[in-house]
Amino acid sequence: MLDIEDLHTGYGETRVIFGLTLKAAAGRVLAILGRNGAGKTTTMKAVMGLLPASQGKIRIDGQDIAGRRTFDIARSGIGYVPETRDIFPSLTVRENLELAARLAPRNSAWTLDRVITFFPNLANRLSNGGNELSGGEQQMLAIARALLTNPKLLLLDEPTEGLAPIIVRQIHEKLAELKREGMTMVLVEQNFGFATALADDVHIIGRGRTAWQGTSQEIRTRTDVQRQWLGV
Amino acid sequence: MTFWIVQALNGLQLSMLLFLLSIGLTVIFGLMHFVNLAHGALYTLGAYAAVSAVAATGTYWGGFVFAPLAVAMAGVVLYTGLIRRMRKAGPMSQVLVTFGLIFVFLDLMRITWGDLALSIAEPTLFTGRSELLGVAYPTYRLFIIGLGLAVMLGLWVLLSRTQIGAMIRAGVDNDQMAACLGINVERLFFIVFCIGCALAGLAGAVAAPVLSVTPDMGTQILIPTLIVVVIGGLGSLKGAIAGSLMVGFIQTFGAVLAPQLASVSIYALLAAVLIFRPAGLFPAKA
Repeated sequence: MLDIEDLHTGYGETRVIFGLTLKAAAGRVLAILGRNGAGKTTTMKAVMGLLPASQGKIRIDGQDIAGRRTFDIARSGIGYVPETRDIFPSLTVRENLELAARLAPRNSAWTLDRVITFFPNLANRLSNGGNELSGGEQQMLAIARALLTNPKLLLLDEPTEGLAPIIVRQIHEKLAELKREGMTMVLVEQNFGFATALADDVHIIGRGRTAWQGTSQEIRTRTDVQRQWLGV
Repeated sequence: MTFWIVQALNGLQLSMLLFLLSIGLTVIFGLMHFVNLAHGALYTLGAYAAVSAVAATGTYWGGFVFAPLAVAMAGVVLYTGLIRRMRKAGPMSQVLVTFGLIFVFLDLMRITWGDLALSIAEPTLFTGRSELLGVAYPTYRLFIIGLGLAVMLGLWVLLSRTQIGAMIRAGVDNDQMAACLGINVERLFFIVFCIGCALAGLAGAVAAPVLSVTPDMGTQILIPTLIVVVIGGLGSLKGAIAGSLMVGFIQTFGAVLAPQLASVSIYALLAAVLIFRPAGLFPAKA
């Protein structure tokens, strides 16, 4: 599904990722782990075309998207839930959702009604402004909005950051439900427990490249890898 | 009493001209953080385009229709030739280049239409005076006020009730996230830029019968327009409305009540807003 090959990227002169190769298989959940500043968010942004890839290939379903413009990449089937959630404050919750659903064909899997059933908390918030939501509601709206683009791949950057444990559990349940439905997801997380409980595969980034890769099951027993690359 | 009503209507009429100019400027800035100092020159171009169109068609309405179209076309040329390339150049280069454009336009218009002040006649439909609130007020100026209110209402409906309005607001809030939802923000900017240019052209055409058309009319109105944008808050319709009304009224009443302070008063207002509400009264970004 997502196939990154020898990616080099960063912020202007500051190189962050040098030669990252990573694969996310269709129908599976991949967690990208690593210390603060390892380049996880940077990788996500490079996939979305928000940061230029100075070298390497980013393929989605075999099609190279590196160098394409962000709106084009989004239209090729990637739903993005950024770390900062980025709910549009001057739009109502309903407008935030409708904007995302704008390009989806009529008979799409995800419709406004369906995301509201999926996240019932949003139902009575529809006419609220995007700036009037709690952190948990913002996160749910951000995920709902990404789903409404009817993506084949969902990128989630730190979906549990700064949320109360009860909300984290709710988000986990929802993402697990998406996983059962066969949604391909790539997840960046600091929360080791959350990530490994949800993901099938784990990819650790360290010093701007691949430090370790394997399955969630394997990483739980590899305390040496955890200590060296995650500091847990 | 008559004095107050007449001056209030004068203030309202100036406010509407300022609104037509500032709304384009503020939304363009809010959406793409692009400073277009040549916006005033586009207003002048609109006035001259109206003068020529009136001469060619023999009717005021020829200019009224042609000027916004002509200035929107100038906007297309400006955008594809210059602005698109300068999008990532940073504010300093943008300010310098669009500042330079002011002088390019100034001379182009001087060469094409000459230095002498031109004017066009009011449309026959709106000549003379009309009775309003017990005063006889020039009908054409009432038309300007009505037109300004109609454009405000139209833009309000467009921005708050339509999908493209939601896209524009989303783009002003966060252009990167808007792109992540598949919105072609660049094309959106182009459309908004052309609409902004058309409104500047419309302002020029509408002003032509009441003000004399000279090459520097745009530079005269540029400063008050920029003050409107800063007072109102970048990128917001509400801000452009509030800012235009404040600047229009203060300028009008300042000129008749305290002429010696008139030129200072809007700068005092600007300074006060910058001290107490540095982001403007109704900033688009909370």
